[in-house]
Amino acid sequence: MKIWASLAAAVLALSAAISPAAEPRRSGYDDSSRETQAMQDDDAGNPAFLWVRQGEALWDQDCKGCHGAAGTLRGVAARYPLFDPRANRLLTLEQRIVQCRTDRMGAPAFAWDDERLLALSALVGLQSRGLPLNAEPREPFLSQGEALFRERIGQLNLSCAQCHEERAGLRLSGATIPQGHATGYPAYRLEWQGMGSLYRRLRNCLNGVRAEVFAPDSPEAAALALYLAVRAKGMRVETPAVRP
Amino acid sequence: MKYLLPLLLLAAPAWAGDAARGRRIVEDRALSACLLCHAGPFLAPHLQGNIGPPLNGIGARLGPDELRLRLTEPARFNPDTPMPAYGHVDGLHRVGPAWRGRPILTPAQIEDVVAFLSTLRTP
Ligand code: HEC
Ligand code: HEC
Repeated sequence: MKIWASLAAAVLALSAAISPAAEPRRSGYDDSSRETQAMQDDDAGNPAFLWVRQGEALWDQDCKGCHGAAGTLRGVAARYPLFDPRANRLLTLEQRIVQCRTDRMGAPAFAWDDERLLALSALVGLQSRGLPLNAEPREPFLSQGEALFRERIGQLNLSCAQCHEERAGLRLSGATIPQGHATGYPAYRLEWQGMGSLYRRLRNCLNGVRAEVFAPDSPEAAALALYLAVRAKGMRVETPAVRP
Repeated sequence: MKYLLPLLLLAAPAWAGDAARGRRIVEDRALSACLLCHAGPFLAPHLQGNIGPPLNGIGARLGPDELRLRLTEPARFNPDTPMPAYGHVDGLHRVGPAWRGRPILTPAQIEDVVAFLSTLRTP
């Protein structure tokens, strides 16, 4: 009897030790405080909706003529970054919006941190909120992005993976290191007191390890964004998220 | 005098660290980055990390030579350590222009940090 009981206990302990291997992915939302989560959950209290409202006005003015109502873009943001065969390059959603402006509207490009670009990408991102991220794992970009994610870089000689895979949940300075899933961009970040793109977030991490910052429209930026999107495949779009 | 200078330069390390300067270096996260990863009896506890072990009492556990080695050759103790090798620039990739070609800390600053860590004796 006693043997069976201890055997059963051993089996239980063993299976408990094995099952955490399939650890679920956590978005930045899961690692945020209750207050930050509540701010994201309530559209009326989420400051990012100021940008969404501005995006609606811009949409009606500039985009509606070709695209119709913004609601027709459900699912679009969840597929980015994607390969554009005509331009023969990988495009982030922001790059697509800029391409629409320059190539189809003949308007000057937005700077990467232009509030209007944030407003439009927040509006388009919101149309996919709740849908699973679903970027095409297209080569060679995916492998390029993964190589960047794993390369030790900068004066501090750290890789994205060393923080976001191996040390997620630990504290870097005062911040909890998230798993680094790009589920909610553009996002309102409390520390910025404003809205920022995924590129802005990556710049912060690159600066943090004292590495070279690649340009917003560089192949590196798009490849890394694709790797992050594929790594988070199936996780829900949260745009516009609120982050610490 | 003529013979003293080369003799002094041969002695390793050639200069004695200054613990008060060492404290300022450790607490200056934009310079040394120590407190991104470590906690200890330093300024602003809420901004200290827990990626490496706390440094409380480290001076009672490790002598100056061991401390210096942990700063300059951390990979000797753990080949996968995230801790940067202080005093080195070799083998780094994509370093930003503001930092390129410069080690995080100079040899003199490393001596100051060693002198300061040696004073941390309370667990
Ligand atoms: C030294 C540690 C460290 C390194 C290296 C690092 N990051 Fe981060 N990263 C962080 C921390 C800490 C945060 C969260 C900051 C906060 O919440 O204030 C973060 C946030 C992020 C986020 C936002 C996640 C969210 O939920 O919104 C993404 C995406 C990200 N990092 C990607 C990267 C990529 C890609 C790299 C490599 C180019 C990288 N990081 C390198 C520490 C790091
Ligand atoms: C990016 C993270 C990081 C940074 C920056 C960093 N360390 Fe470390 N440090 C670690 C880790 C992790 C360990 C544990 C050894 C290991 O397994 O890698 C460690 C170990 C140590 C040890 C040995 C501790 C013991 O108990 O044996 C000392 C001393 C130390 N660090 C001091 C410093 C000082 C001083 C600085 C800044 C000048 C610094 N570290 C910067 C991550 C870091």
